Amino acid sequence: MPPLPESVPFTWYLILSAVLFSLGVAGFLFRRNVITVFMSIELMLNAVNLSFVAFSYKFKQPDGHIFSFFVMVVAAAEAAVGLAIILTVFKNRRTLEIDEVSSLKN
Amino acid sequence: MNFYIVSLIKSAIVAFALLTALAYIQWVERKVLAHIQLRIGPRRVGPHGLLQPLADVIKLLTKEDMIPSHVNKFFYLLAPFLAVMFALISIAVIPFGTEVKIGSFSTPMQLADLNVGVLFILGLSGIGVYGVALAGWASNNKYALIGGLRSSAQMISYELPMAMAIAAPLLLLNSLSFRQLVDGQAGYYLGFIPRWSIFQGPFPQIVSFLIFLVAAFAETNRVPFDLPEAENELVAGFHTEYGSMKFAAFFMAEYANMVTVSCVAVLLFLGGWQPLWPAEYGSSFVPTVIFLIAALVCFYHGFNPARPLDRYTLPVAGVVFLGLAGIFLVPIVSAIILPLFWFLAKVGAVLFVYIWIRGTLPRFRYDQLMNFAWTFMFPVAIINLFVTALMVALT
Amino acid sequence: MEHVILFLVFAAIAVICAVNLVLQTHPISSALSLVGVMGALALIYLQLGGEFIASAQLIVYAGAIMVLFIFVIMLLNAGTEHKMPRTLWVKYGGLPLLALFIGVAAWVIQRMFPPAPSGLFGNMTHGTPQDIGRLLFQTYLLPFEVTSILILIAILGAVVLARKEIQ
Repeated sequence: MPPLPESVPFTWYLILSAVLFSLGVAGFLFRRNVITVFMSIELMLNAVNLSFVAFSYKFKQPDGHIFSFFVMVVAAAEAAVGLAIILTVFKNRRTLEIDEVSSLKN
Repeated sequence: MNFYIVSLIKSAIVAFALLTALAYIQWVERKVLAHIQLRIGPRRVGPHGLLQPLADVIKLLTKEDMIPSHVNKFFYLLAPFLAVMFALISIAVIPFGTEVKIGSFSTPMQLADLNVGVLFILGLSGIGVYGVALAGWASNNKYALIGGLRSSAQMISYELPMAMAIAAPLLLLNSLSFRQLVDGQAGYYLGFIPRWSIFQGPFPQIVSFLIFLVAAFAETNRVPFDLPEAENELVAGFHTEYGSMKFAAFFMAEYANMVTVSCVAVLLFLGGWQPLWPAEYGSSFVPTVIFLIAALVCFYHGFNPARPLDRYTLPVAGVVFLGLAGIFLVPIVSAIILPLFWFLAKVGAVLFVYIWIRGTLPRFRYDQLMNFAWTFMFPVAIINLFVTALMVALT
Repeated sequence: MEHVILFLVFAAIAVICAVNLVLQTHPISSALSLVGVMGALALIYLQLGGEFIASAQLIVYAGAIMVLFIFVIMLLNAGTEHKMPRTLWVKYGGLPLLALFIGVAAWVIQRMFPPAPSGLFGNMTHGTPQDIGRLLFQTYLLPFEVTSILILIAILGAVVLARKEIQ
């Protein structure tokens, strides 16, 4: 068991961000419920926020926090409209699986 | 290490005091409601019903802990846990007074002086919605689900006017940390009008205070906004399927939320622990005078008892009040306890307003409630914030 | 030293909740796991000195957006998913490939940045609300105003899309 470092090395934040992002991609590709797919997108956005804040700490500038704030705001707007679209699709098709909403295919 | 031990001791003291206070706020509520409705309230268990909360706690603990068979067990058990946890965590950033100095050791009367204490409280009241929504959904019961969804929709609708009503005095006081907010309300105008937020600066924050109080009533699901949990409307709403200790958890969460928003109202608008008039004119003797009067009343009624047991209990209460009056005269202890007294007196006044309104007003219908939030409270809060910002910018 | 332990605890909570999000069948469990991820990330932002961003994450993301998700899941009464038949590639190669991808990414990241001290609680220098406010209203004023118009458009869109048709 190697000894723990004195303070958290900067790359650990980026690795955590990469892990969360790839888990978000995995959820996005492998899940069929459209709401779970949407939540995987939110997980990806969160991972990116963590990257922004970590870099902002490294370069000692608050601009990363501002970018992260805008990402949060845009995610809020996107969640509102996206869930409204999901509600409409559910009202018309009565299903929540993305494989079945495929009438434009082929 | 010293920091951790001191924090643990402070947390233990605050937790113990808070839990006792929650039980006794319920006693106060029952007595005050009863007197408003021209009856007496609990009087059998202990003198004047003072041991009634203890009896309630024993009953709730020893009741059979039943889980109905049709509920979603994990979320059913998780919901009261979440509700209580987030309601109790909010007390961590509330300052109760100035510093406690014992010899060379001094610590502030607050568990965590965050730089963004106000934002922390706002965030926790947002997350407190989850307990209610999950409770309604996990109960697998139409009425509970409707009650849960209505209650959570009401809570998030009233968060917006509340946040804007909180933002207005922050423009005057320029800080987000509770301790600095109270320190910004020190001092007096003309020598005797206190510089609380509702009297202060270019624009007295009276409208913000009223908006905050109304939004706080809605956030904590209290009358007149308590349709989602009224007993005769929706079969007790989202806590229909909960019994014994889990029901007690929701009740505790509701009272803890009430205490938190009262503390925030006092800190932001009523000046925290700043006394009502300056110490030169004798405001340090107010607690002594109040407790002396209480002791005299107790002794008088002890010697002309209305009920036979009063002959023994009321003089004992009188002696206790005399002791409290005496403690406030000792200078070393008084420096610590005096701000605490003012803070608790103001919080008690706000809680009394809560209970008073419960006994007086009827409740809103749900669509009236939501209409009121979006078409009246939200524009008024925005206009109030705009006028405050304008007045601050012009001076 | 305790900062490293705290970071590892919060990172472990975040990763476990994210794995739970992907593996759970019921959408409500996934939604609550996502709230757990957001809470853990808010604590990591606090450790990185972003106190405003941590509060914004709690108020906006965990307190409003996820509540919206949970409302929609409860309204639509989405049940559990059915198990999908998976090809052999996915069943036996999925997890090892994911681990390989993460390992390569971690190694590349470690090589790019030389070790430097960072990550202490209480070392909050520039994430205070005063700094963020100053930047937001001076340098980034145009994106701020454009974002407020974006939110207005999103509100209009959501209200129009989700209302009942008038027969």
